[in-house]
Amino acid sequence: MPYEAWKDNEYIENLVKELQESGTNVIVGTFDKLINWGRSNSIWPLTFATSCCGIEFVSLGAARFDMARFGWEVARSSPRQADFMMVAGTIVNRMVPVFRRLYDQLAEPKYVIACGSCAISGGPFRNSYHVAKGIEDIVPVDVFVPGCPPRPEAMIYGIMQLSRKIKVEKFFGGVNRQESRKEFLQTHPID
Amino acid sequence: MQDTTIVNNTFDFGTITTPVNDWLNSFMPQWLTTTVECVAVGVGLLLVYALLALFYIYFERKVCAFFQCRLGPNRVGPWGLLQSFADMFKILIKELIELRHIDKFLFALAPYLVIIASMLCFACLPWGNGLQIIDFNIGIFFLIACSSIGVLGILLAGWSSNNKFTLIGALRSGAQMVSYELSIGLCIVTMVCLAGTMSITGIVEAQTDTWFIFKGHIAALIAFIIYMIAGTAETNRGPFDLPEAESELTAGYHTEYSGIHFGFFYLAEYLNLFIVSGVATLLFFGGWMPLHISGWDGFNMVMDYIPTPIWFIGKAVALSFIIIWFKWTFPRLRIDQLLSLEWKYLLPINLFNLVLMVALITLGLTL
Amino acid sequence: MANLQEKIAKQFAGTPIAVDNSGMPQLTVENGAWHDTALVLRDTIGMDYLVTIVGIDRGETLGCIYYMMSSTTGETCSVRVDAVPDRETPHIPSVADVWRIAEIYEREVYDFYGIIFIGNQDMRRLFLNIDWKGYPLRKDYNDDPALNPVSTENERQSDNTDVYSLDENGKVVKKERAIFQPDDFVVNIGPQHPATHGVLRFRTAVDGETIKKIDVYMGYIHRGVEKLCESLQYPQTLHFMDRLDYFSAQNYHHGLALLYEKAAGIEVPRRAQVIRVMMDELSRIASHCLFMGTYCMDLGATTMLFYTLRVREQILDIFEKTCGARMTFNYPCIGGVMQDLHPDFVKDVKELLAVIPANIKEYNKIFTGNVIAKNRMEGVGVLSKEDAISYGVTGPSGRASGWACDIRKLLPYSIYSELDFEEITRTEGDSMARFKVRLDEIEQSARILEQLVDNIPDGDYCAKVPKVLKLPQGEWFQMVEGCRGVFGVYLNSDGGNKPYRLKLATPCIALAAVVDHITTGNKIADLITIGGSLDYIVPDMDR
Repeated sequence: MPYEAWKDNEYIENLVKELQESGTNVIVGTFDKLINWGRSNSIWPLTFATSCCGIEFVSLGAARFDMARFGWEVARSSPRQADFMMVAGTIVNRMVPVFRRLYDQLAEPKYVIACGSCAISGGPFRNSYHVAKGIEDIVPVDVFVPGCPPRPEAMIYGIMQLSRKIKVEKFFGGVNRQESRKEFLQTHPID
Repeated sequence: MQDTTIVNNTFDFGTITTPVNDWLNSFMPQWLTTTVECVAVGVGLLLVYALLALFYIYFERKVCAFFQCRLGPNRVGPWGLLQSFADMFKILIKELIELRHIDKFLFALAPYLVIIASMLCFACLPWGNGLQIIDFNIGIFFLIACSSIGVLGILLAGWSSNNKFTLIGALRSGAQMVSYELSIGLCIVTMVCLAGTMSITGIVEAQTDTWFIFKGHIAALIAFIIYMIAGTAETNRGPFDLPEAESELTAGYHTEYSGIHFGFFYLAEYLNLFIVSGVATLLFFGGWMPLHISGWDGFNMVMDYIPTPIWFIGKAVALSFIIIWFKWTFPRLRIDQLLSLEWKYLLPINLFNLVLMVALITLGLTL
Repeated sequence: MANLQEKIAKQFAGTPIAVDNSGMPQLTVENGAWHDTALVLRDTIGMDYLVTIVGIDRGETLGCIYYMMSSTTGETCSVRVDAVPDRETPHIPSVADVWRIAEIYEREVYDFYGIIFIGNQDMRRLFLNIDWKGYPLRKDYNDDPALNPVSTENERQSDNTDVYSLDENGKVVKKERAIFQPDDFVVNIGPQHPATHGVLRFRTAVDGETIKKIDVYMGYIHRGVEKLCESLQYPQTLHFMDRLDYFSAQNYHHGLALLYEKAAGIEVPRRAQVIRVMMDELSRIASHCLFMGTYCMDLGATTMLFYTLRVREQILDIFEKTCGARMTFNYPCIGGVMQDLHPDFVKDVKELLAVIPANIKEYNKIFTGNVIAKNRMEGVGVLSKEDAISYGVTGPSGRASGWACDIRKLLPYSIYSELDFEEITRTEGDSMARFKVRLDEIEQSARILEQLVDNIPDGDYCAKVPKVLKLPQGEWFQMVEGCRGVFGVYLNSDGGNKPYRLKLATPCIALAAVVDHITTGNKIADLITIGGSLDYIVPDMDR
């Protein structure tokens, strides 16, 4: 995808700038690049879906949208072997502990994509007594993909954004664990 | 038996390795030479092992994509060739999750057992004329013995994870592999009868004039079909992938493994696929032996120009394609159906087939 | 209907019989006499299929309305039972032994209203956690999030269930009963498990590979749609129908729209009716295609999924052109449909109809005729006709057991009575039959489409509907045929512009409830076969 086609370049660029401020060693930098190349090109999803968005995720794997082109088709059923979790669907109170546990079971580095308005904010069910109002209170989220449900193209775009984000990570010396969005916003206030 | 006018003219890799050995011996003591050679061969083997496994992962993903009217990996590197390399880099540095309430030693041991078993078998394969790494008079027997270690690893993995799913997966796998090993063993015995030797080089050389699948016609064909079925089961691949039946037991016996430990299972699975097809090649399609047809001397000469490792790997990959084809076509069997297939059908047929083969040989009815 | 009313009047002389706004006879039964009345209703009147139990909070009292239907004639009636004695410990005799499905429906009512059913052997909460405070569908429910916070702590669970009985003074006595035997090996399948088609959870007692008992846990995607509807205006409630059974989105929309139109007395233009029926049938094909794909994937034949999704994508394209979305269409509205058809609609449908026969042939070739598939499916999970009716298993699963339960034939709505199509039934009742029924239903749906595609009348696509829709006071009930079975909607209006009570009786809850009954004694792998062949959608059962 050409650089201009991306929508939110400032965010990624700021991230890169901040990471480069400390400067990197040539060898370490090369290794970092290699590792990030591997990581960003091999992101395996966890088979996780609660409702409608999950069906669009199935469509994403099917012939028309074919996520296998990017190497994302190795959907693992065991969270230990997956890299990211596409939270496709509503998370309700009763599901929250299960969901949180699944997140904890993912092996580092792990990423979360909030897919669809239910996962982002509770969506049409926001006023319900039994729905979690967005998953970012429960787990840190890397990419938000809006829609109800998002189209498979939007999901592809979302995962590609995640892949870009992984590319600028640091393996050596950097903070490998992810910050929660809350911490991130404290250090990067939006004005 | 026909008169063996066919001569094997393929390039003997012994003509390279022997001088190297002599040259090393010229300035080093015997024991050091052996050590150096062992290390060199080991490193080479590891490299080939890893590359083949990565190729197989890519191969399977591509083949499966074409079965399903998709494109398969095509973004990472040209035609997506680097996809499995990216996967491997990722798996290498992925976190190894430490679990509580498990048998830590066995848990860590299991993936190594699996991978060592598959590596040992891998080393036994006849790579080419003179490229035999482990070669002794009971080579094929050694190969079966090594391949049986793998099931131990799977059982340990399932048991030590302290998880009910993995336990069920491991028990299924134990029952399945022990049963199907019987079929594989009998198929091999059938073919050993025909070859008259258990040495791997011997088996290959016995197929100079005709491959065993033609030589033993009916009996060999039956043995081949049974071997392919049992081999698919032995590698835990669909339609026999019960131990890791995704829709039943999440990921089966390796549910709790992460990072490179899971990578070992993943690699071993694909390598076992290669080994099963490799052994089938050895037993039925002449190992590294080129296709020879008696009387067609020119044809035979041309065939001999193709390097023997290419013959071997080519044949093995073609056979693996059939096994992959199985997986992406058939639904999965149920455990009781799986076992009854082995004990009620394959085993009796196999025993009968062994008798048939012996009869064919004693009556001289082989080609 | 008149016939049924006479029969009931003769049987229950002295019991007040009303007729609700849908023209359905409604009995009001004394609390204590309910169990005996239920038996009479089932055995003498022939009301052998319990459609749903609607719990309702009438302010002073709590109560239930039981909707039931005759499985052969399609006659429906309802029974109103009020809970005694007060709002603190309201109770009603259980009818779980009359209709098996009542066990789980009663649990649902208990969960929402706190009504205790005396004699029900399993009186746990169904959707909410066992330590949930309050009963959410009561009108005085306190929905302060501080009372029931979103917690990441593991949910507390009990191995026991409650059984209530009445002592001689009429007081409610609670007893605990263990769900599993003490030495059972219990495997927890779900809620995050690839085979459960969503977040359903089975606690499965196994003996080796053989299943001894299954305890179904629902509620991992319970979103409280019914409660949400009570705070929304009538047209606003429609969009939730897309998100229950997302494959039957059009059908459910159709059902709810029909109900509102009946209540408001709106005449739907012919063009809109035809469009709705065509959309229903298109989504039925799409739904059955996806069923076959995921089912085969569950059985290990992954490739089939990609072939069936090909047809589904084609249908989604048709939907997308007209409705503007791939899944949540929000297309049928009160009085008709949202927008007019896309100009390409007729052409696209014809193209689709042209490829369906070839595809079905291909599916049969790949999967149905396969020896392994046959061995896996034939004779596995046999559900008899009697059990199907008693458990309320409708839709293709019910028809596979020989029960002709298609609402399109039994109680035709919209223009279905004019159409020529067959109701597919089979007698085997096993997983293979359930699979084949769906395969054949695709052909029948295609037949309906063929009849309609050239006969879409001109005219308005939507009737004139007031901006703010107020429905008169009363009760209505409407059933339609979703892709997975009978979808019933109950509406109680107090004369305002919001529903006082909207009950969505979805088919999947019965499909999940029957799993335990037909899986016991089979292998673990059969659980996947059976669950897959029943084809439940978890958001549909949890709502």
